[in-house]
Amino acid sequence: MKPLSEQELSEIVVNAKTPLNIVGGGTWQARNNAEQLYTSGLSGVSLYEPEALTLVAKAGTPLVEIEDLLAKNGQCLPFEPNNLAALQGVKAIPTIGGVVATNASGPRRISAGACRDSLIGVRFVDGNGVVIKNGGRVMKNVTGYDLVKLMSGSFGTLGVLTEVSFKLLPAAQASATVLVFEDEKTCAATMAAALGSPFDVSGAAHIDGITAVRVAGLAGSVEYRAAALASLLDGKIGKFNWQALRDVQAFADQKGDVWRFSVKPSEGPELAAGLRRLGASKIMFDWAGGLLWVLAPTGLDLRKAEYQGHAMLIRGHALPVFQPQPAPVAALEKALRAKFDPKNILNADRMT
Amino acid sequence: MQMPVANAEIIARKAEIVARLRSVLPIDAVIDDPVATKVYECDALSAYRCPPLAVVLPASTIQTAAVLKACHEMGVPVVPRGSGTSLAGGAMPTADSVVLGVARLDQVLETDYENRFIRVQSGRTNLSVTGAVETNGFFYAPDPSSQLACAIAGNIAMNSGGAHCLKYGVTTNNLLGVTMVTMAGEIIELGGAYLGSAGYDLLGLICGSEGQLGVVTEATLRILAKPEGARPVLIGFDSNEVAGACVSDIIRAGVLPVAIEFMDRPVIRAVENFVNAGYPDVKALLIIEVEGSETEIDEQLGKIVKIAKRHNPVELRESGSEAESANIWKGRKAAFGAMGQINDYMCLDGTIPVSQLPVVLRRITELSDEYGLDVGNVFHAGDGNMHPLILYDANKSGDLEKCEAMGAEILKLCVEVGGCLTGEHGVGIEKRDLMYEQFNRDDLEIQMMVKDVFDPKWLLNSAKVFPLTASEARRG
Ligand SMILES: Cc1cc2nc3c(=O)[nH]c(=O)nc-3n(C[C@H](O)[C@H](O)[C@H](O)COP(=O)(O)OP(=O)(O)OC[C@H]3O[C@@H](n4cnc5c(N)ncnc54)[C@H](O)[C@@H]3O)c2cc1C
Repeated sequence: MKPLSEQELSEIVVNAKTPLNIVGGGTWQARNNAEQLYTSGLSGVSLYEPEALTLVAKAGTPLVEIEDLLAKNGQCLPFEPNNLAALQGVKAIPTIGGVVATNASGPRRISAGACRDSLIGVRFVDGNGVVIKNGGRVMKNVTGYDLVKLMSGSFGTLGVLTEVSFKLLPAAQASATVLVFEDEKTCAATMAAALGSPFDVSGAAHIDGITAVRVAGLAGSVEYRAAALASLLDGKIGKFNWQALRDVQAFADQKGDVWRFSVKPSEGPELAAGLRRLGASKIMFDWAGGLLWVLAPTGLDLRKAEYQGHAMLIRGHALPVFQPQPAPVAALEKALRAKFDPKNILNADRMT
Repeated sequence: MQMPVANAEIIARKAEIVARLRSVLPIDAVIDDPVATKVYECDALSAYRCPPLAVVLPASTIQTAAVLKACHEMGVPVVPRGSGTSLAGGAMPTADSVVLGVARLDQVLETDYENRFIRVQSGRTNLSVTGAVETNGFFYAPDPSSQLACAIAGNIAMNSGGAHCLKYGVTTNNLLGVTMVTMAGEIIELGGAYLGSAGYDLLGLICGSEGQLGVVTEATLRILAKPEGARPVLIGFDSNEVAGACVSDIIRAGVLPVAIEFMDRPVIRAVENFVNAGYPDVKALLIIEVEGSETEIDEQLGKIVKIAKRHNPVELRESGSEAESANIWKGRKAAFGAMGQINDYMCLDGTIPVSQLPVVLRRITELSDEYGLDVGNVFHAGDGNMHPLILYDANKSGDLEKCEAMGAEILKLCVEVGGCLTGEHGVGIEKRDLMYEQFNRDDLEIQMMVKDVFDPKWLLNSAKVFPLTASEARRG
């Protein structure tokens, strides 16, 4: 089904008696065979005010369409959303609604926040078919509860997003990366030193013996900060493919499951060692050590490792995608979901 | 302002309720003497007052859980309170409620510079969080003007902002985790020293929920390395429109200052009389601050000044020293106080799309003439968060009502042009009954359904946020 308006979508949900899988670009494949509900009929930028740093778009708008429009105006989505289509092995064109539903956020998260931090408004159709709005199109808004945050990262289980609004940032006029060649064991300390400096780091990663620290902004400032960081970290200015890291390209054509761990940055290297002992084959660090992208043999349960934080199975079929929550939190989540989607028809296989 | 009728049956049980509270808390942590509870009768929206039944001051999460469990079992309403600086009446009690103050929860629990966070008890004041980390070169970014007094608990409940949020975001963007106690007395942990959450973003939902979903007792906050330096520039214009256009141009040019503050003539004149900051007598004044090393500051200010000059400013002053910077900020920081010298005032907090700035300022001037009440505007221009200050005389009968009516019209205007009722102060009791201007029934119903999940009996701060008519059936 492919509704062409919010109204039509609402009618579909009202009349639905069996589960629906919401499909944006189709990056995340469902695990069940429920009927597909496509958002691609709800597409297009509804409002763009560059001087107010705000953009409103229908949920089915392709991400690339938005990124192109912003680039033409020297602006960007602050959170550097990832495109995991290649990693998932699908020919999908991610939509902005899918980005929001999965809270997709790239390397710049450590300085500019996640998708949920830039998201300032949503419209959605809940599981009763009721059209709801929350937040709006202004940068500061504390009117009523913040359901905007709740919707971001809820994987379509609380409602079908129809429209989303963002605050934007000026695109960086220049950027530079400082490279430090070192072992994974020491990388978290290097990245902590970078982020503990006043040099406004906008990316910190470690792959295969290379720690990379990025600065971005006005040209003169970038030159100054890159030099300062190179001297602080005893590194040198060089090249690093941030987009490849963002999209986890390195694992795209490799066999196996792909996991994402979010932990306290200083605990990243230790967790990596533990995961390797369990059988993980490749590990990349983002978010200053706080995010681990892990390639592991199919079906190997890496949640057996010791860590404080959370793990998500990004690619793979044999194990649960989402990490179970402690009982009191799980009870709240279940109750919320029952309020938003009492028929339990929206993306019923997710977040369980 | 209407408040729900207090439950006489609960008030009649006061002795029994206080005895039960005393049985779960240390002796000095329960206050029921009417003279002593009077201190808690209002917050910074002081036009509205009502002493509570009793006040409890727990000193730990465990004590907080015990006291909430007791109130829950007795069916007694609870109003959480930080430092009582809310401008929206968020911490105002009802006569049948127990105020739960977190003032004794003021400890730093953990500082971790390597992972850039601090864990504190929620009663700790905003400024003292930065105070705890600044010798190590770090700071906590959200900086409400009330930061000397307000507590992290209140900041989280209201999702407070500050002068520097254009760059660093508001409370929710700097909050990593909380320990919270539900009305039923259950302790839950949300988030922590890592990014994101395994399930729903309940942390984001709690932040800004105005103390209606749970009582926050501890918070993990993101701390940042202090920039090398900061410098403001002061620019005066002979019209609000031109100042507004200048702000738009700066943002379009790809420069993102940490702060863009706007003051109009009534405020400029008031602060000049009050603190003598040496401001030019212009129609509109911008204070724009940028951060970084000396060279970086020069680069950014160079761009800003170039853009400003295209708009023919009447005055343009770049700070050349610490002292000059302080002087530029002096007037802005004293703005509320200066207006308070003239008369009582009501501070509005609507946000508008910045493109609508000239229209809204013009309409506010018209309303000021219609109502015969003076208005000054001082606000965060970069993000459209307006703070019109309407002057009135509290001792003159009818003046407060007139002022509120005018305030309501301004807030409706904010919504009409695409904005919202409140950008950082919260709804509380003040804007509760205007909620239908911004939301329809369905929008509010689903929010109330969220409260149903966290507080099924609607005992926690229930007279706030939702129009009384909307929440009536649930409040019982
Ligand atoms: C002069 C002045 C300037 C101000 N400037 C700013 C500004 O620049 N930016 C800004 O955003 N605000 C500003 N404010 C408003 C106010 O300071 C903020 O809303 C502040 O966050 C309130 O904190 P508090 O500790 O005083 O909270 P309180 O006033 O005690 O309570 C505020 C709300 O929080 C709830 N609450 C308190 N503690 C808890 C808890 N432990 N758990 C759950 N809920 C709780 C209360 O029930 C209430 O709804 C200003 C106020 C004044 C008086």
